[in-house]
Amino acid sequence: MSLDFKYGFDDFFRDETYCDDFTYRNSPAAIRRFPFPFDRDDYMYSVNMEPHVAGRKGSVFEHTFDVDEHYLSEMRDRARVLASDPLRCQSLPHMTLAGWDLLELIMETKAREYPQWFSLAKDGNRWHWINRPLGIDQKFTFLDESTLPYGPMEYISRQTQGDFTLQDEREGTLWVDAGMVTTQADWSLDFNIGMNFHEWHAPVPLAHEKGIFDRALKFLMKLQQGSPVRRYNWTMTVNPLLDTAPETYPDWGHMRTALTPKNMGHMMHLRVELQTLYRLPRSNAICFDIRAYLGKFEELVTVPKWGRRLHRVVRDLHPDLAAYKGFLRNRDEMTQWLSQYDDGQPTSPGWWPED
Amino acid sequence: MISRPVYGVLEPRPGAVHLIVADGEGAKAVADLVSKDPSILHKSHILYTAGPNGTDQWDSINALGAKQAQKAASIPTLLFRLARVLQDAPMGAQVYLTGTEGLMGQAERDVMALGFPHADIQKEHRGSTMRRVQCVHCKGITENVKTDPFPCSHCGLHLFVRDHYSRRLAAFQGVNIDAEEKGHIPPAVERFK
Ligand code: HEM
Repeated sequence: MSLDFKYGFDDFFRDETYCDDFTYRNSPAAIRRFPFPFDRDDYMYSVNMEPHVAGRKGSVFEHTFDVDEHYLSEMRDRARVLASDPLRCQSLPHMTLAGWDLLELIMETKAREYPQWFSLAKDGNRWHWINRPLGIDQKFTFLDESTLPYGPMEYISRQTQGDFTLQDEREGTLWVDAGMVTTQADWSLDFNIGMNFHEWHAPVPLAHEKGIFDRALKFLMKLQQGSPVRRYNWTMTVNPLLDTAPETYPDWGHMRTALTPKNMGHMMHLRVELQTLYRLPRSNAICFDIRAYLGKFEELVTVPKWGRRLHRVVRDLHPDLAAYKGFLRNRDEMTQWLSQYDDGQPTSPGWWPED
Repeated sequence: MISRPVYGVLEPRPGAVHLIVADGEGAKAVADLVSKDPSILHKSHILYTAGPNGTDQWDSINALGAKQAQKAASIPTLLFRLARVLQDAPMGAQVYLTGTEGLMGQAERDVMALGFPHADIQKEHRGSTMRRVQCVHCKGITENVKTDPFPCSHCGLHLFVRDHYSRRLAAFQGVNIDAEEKGHIPPAVERFK
């Protein structure tokens, strides 16, 4: 048994690459719905969490799991990364049940929210899953691993945009004991697996001192099934690399030195992570979904408010954060380039483009 | 640093069995421990090996008069013995680890893997501060790292030691220092002795 995709590229699902020739880009419609993460002109870490409820039609918040024009190319990129490094997907033995919880959550939600693409029929534990864009038609027995080509977490996350980690709760904290991580901003699942909430966050500057992780953990321990929450994180990525893993840093790190004022708009990407957290029903684990959106500088500045704001955020960001996010060496050139799009006008509060 | 383990001072605690694991200068911490309560000696099993800097105080361990004491040739061979001894250790056994970070980290990993509660494991750092570092690129572990940066003993990339520690691997994280500008390798500074 294997999972062979038949990619249904069409007018909506783009055929594009996240490596080598980097043909990834956003359509004008995708730019308009880009999850621009700054609701004001400056940025500092905070416990920025809100209920993950359905938002504006057409926005990335319309659905629980956003499926966008990059879906198929992203899944192809994940398959490529996993083929070259299977350690990007790992699950400690006690996490299989949480994997089934995740599979159920995604299948039920996608079949409900995108009936044109996904369907799920159940006859007791005998389930029938159809994923039309990827050409999958799978009958299997829920909770019986032998009936799927991969473990449940790997099976469903090979078909779902976003990285996933599954956290076991014990000893008053969360433990990252499973994950599918191929679109990460420079952190290693293989190194972090088995760590607790404070351990895996150790390298983050300033936030520990501000008590952010203590408060965030308290908040998460109270997370209830059926009431997911979300937050944004962001960084900068040179070239549309979904996979900026520490493992392969020697292969992509040099790209950071290739920026010039001429290629800045095309090569530099704001990388936004829409992170959502779900309490899972059987395992009581917490699922963490890290969905990365890449927007080229030249795409983002087509929205005047975003151009002004991005310039101010990048210019004024605390140097420790710019260093941690890996763009201190390019910050001056980035600010310089963005300043062309900042006429000094005030910006309205909130992140929506038209407000 | 947050994911860095915290070390204390070994204190005798009530228990039917006392399992003591030490390397190098840890021998002195073992002597201090039993001097606080010599009655634990007749219920103690000590495993010892020389430190990575060559310090060998086996004679003083051997002279303590514990119920059982063995010298191992290296940390890996000590860990084989430890695995066997742990099979017979009852829950509620007290575990004492002392010496270098590398020894304590690996012994703790093995002890915890068998389900011993964290609360029954004590650690006291003595001697060398050299680090055990995993290369995030090739996954190989370099023992006894003294300098920052240093060459990975497996793939040869020059690594800096990130302040990020995994208890599962008992190792710090090493990341290529010249990934962005090949060949720009700052001079190695001795950070760990
Ligand atoms: C429970 C699920 C979570 C997981 C698995 C997770 C994982 C991570 C990881 C692996 C990193 C990178 C650390 C490194 O440099 O090695 C990170 C960064 C960070 N996390 Fe989390 N995290 C979680 C939840 C949260 C929550 C709820 C908050 C809320 C405040 C938070 C705030 C942050 C911040 C501020 C950073 C630094 C990001 C940056 O500047 O780019 N995390 N997280």
